[in-house]
Amino acid sequence: MRNTRLYNERKRRNGFFLTLSVLAALFGLLWLGFILTSLFYNGFSGISGRLFAENTPPPGSDGGLANAIFGSVVMSSLAVAGGTPIGLLAGTYLAEYGRYSRLSFFVRFVNDILLSAPSIVTGLFIYEIIVVNMHGFSALAGAASLMVIVIPVVVRTTENMLLLVPNGLREAAAALGAPRNAIIKAVTWRAARAGIVTGVLLAVARISGETAPLLFTALNNQFWSTDLDKPMANLPVVIFQFAMSPYEDWHKLAWAGALLITIAVLALSVTARLLESSRRS
Amino acid sequence: MAAIAESAYIEKKAAAVRRGGSDDLRFRSLTWLASIAVMAIFAGVIASLLIGAMPAIKAFGLSFVTNEVWNPVTEKFGALASIYGTLITSFLAMLLAVPVGIGIAIFLTEICPRPLRRPIGISIELLAGIPSIIFGIWGLFVFAPAFQQGLQPWLIDLFANVPLLQIFLAGPPYGIGIFTASIILTVMILPFISAVTRDVFETVPPTLKEAAYAMGCTTWEVMWRVVLPFARTGVVGGAMLALGRALGETMAVTFVIGNAHHIQSSLFAPGTTISATIANEFTEAVGDLYLSSLIEMGLILFVITFVVLASAQLMLGALERRAGGVSG
Repeated sequence: MRNTRLYNERKRRNGFFLTLSVLAALFGLLWLGFILTSLFYNGFSGISGRLFAENTPPPGSDGGLANAIFGSVVMSSLAVAGGTPIGLLAGTYLAEYGRYSRLSFFVRFVNDILLSAPSIVTGLFIYEIIVVNMHGFSALAGAASLMVIVIPVVVRTTENMLLLVPNGLREAAAALGAPRNAIIKAVTWRAARAGIVTGVLLAVARISGETAPLLFTALNNQFWSTDLDKPMANLPVVIFQFAMSPYEDWHKLAWAGALLITIAVLALSVTARLLESSRRS
Repeated sequence: MAAIAESAYIEKKAAAVRRGGSDDLRFRSLTWLASIAVMAIFAGVIASLLIGAMPAIKAFGLSFVTNEVWNPVTEKFGALASIYGTLITSFLAMLLAVPVGIGIAIFLTEICPRPLRRPIGISIELLAGIPSIIFGIWGLFVFAPAFQQGLQPWLIDLFANVPLLQIFLAGPPYGIGIFTASIILTVMILPFISAVTRDVFETVPPTLKEAAYAMGCTTWEVMWRVVLPFARTGVVGGAMLALGRALGETMAVTFVIGNAHHIQSSLFAPGTTISATIANEFTEAVGDLYLSSLIEMGLILFVITFVVLASAQLMLGALERRAGGVSG
């Protein structure tokens, strides 16, 4: 008699908590759906040829986001071009030469802190060392602040991917008389290539929506600018400025820009995921 | 003749080996330099923040963190309201996101039909990759107005006569404020927590779970008594990483917090966080002391997140060693 009661009680409890966790999952998916639908609903009407052809307008007139898109692409490319080699080499040191060294222990620790440190702080850092010394906001400073975000991502993925390369490959190459640098360049980098490319793609995805550090490094620019020494428009800061403004047509452009960034980030993450799964199979 | 040719050949090979050795040394130094660069960035962040914050540290000393007044006109600066905002929004976000995140992980590992597991898992991970400015603009234009018109007045009425809660959930329904910022933060860190938790749950050896099922345990009992205790360190470490993100989160919060330098008892009141204050005021800050005070806030934020992230790493590191079988 008591056993049946206990049994029912346990079954009831099980049902209750499992229902809760199903609800939790529905809750999470609901938000994803909610955000994506409102993005498409509000942003889709703003996407047109003009968006890519015209510069950001003053309030009250029409325009596009061409200068901001250009600026974002330029600064992200510079950041990736500068950050990838450093990240790749540092990751290589951690996984190959210094796998068990004391220095690597500290570098790993510091790198993981940088990986999740608030991006606004890296912006302050670049402001202090570049903007203050060069007497002004510039696209170069913006790219540098993004580079500080790229490096830890590339270091982490490079190390992880190199550690997955079986030691047998390294030993086989060493048995043929290849020096260490030749082994790394011809064997281990090649074996880990897909994974490292995935890491770079994830880094691009990470910086393409990064706003906080650009606020006080690249600032913003109403006009088309190719001068790396001058402030440069970029999508995230334009979105921030336009969304916080009281103007209806600026809001529309902000939504369109937000949709562009989201599509870019989702495309990058999906590509990275496909690369990863092709590597596994 | 043959001997000379042979010695020349050996000489050539030896030179190649020596060159190989020096190439290797060069490459090795290059990788070493790159990892020193990572350390240098970290040291540079701390040093530049310290130097930038020096005037404010000298001017205000400890009162900077205990003073709520933030007045650029009289150049009196205290960070208490911002620090409070940072801590309370992150705390509320964790309070909501940790249980829901663990629920999602349980759903994904135990309940979800197998064909749906990957798609649902991937969509939750994609949510984790959406930049924070998207959450910000969505919060400002979609969530805050909806919250203001629907849920918020209802909550205020509902708790108007409940002791304690009537203090925290009161005041005019602005839509934006501490509470709204916490909700947006929750949505942002939720996918992160559930992704980490699911990964940790998957490291639990199946035999442990099977043994518990064989004893007659229900699914919930297996999760609560076997899987969660086993995965405890990893779950806490993942939650700490998420906390680190929430503390430093800028854009998602800046849009919806209201930017008011006051500490008010009601969670519906507008407030500010460290990162929101810096983002809103930095480019408009006039005067060295103003700028320096903002940089000191950045330093405080960095120190707080450093402590949180470092402890997260220690926990996750311990887990990795255990998974590697080095220590029990």
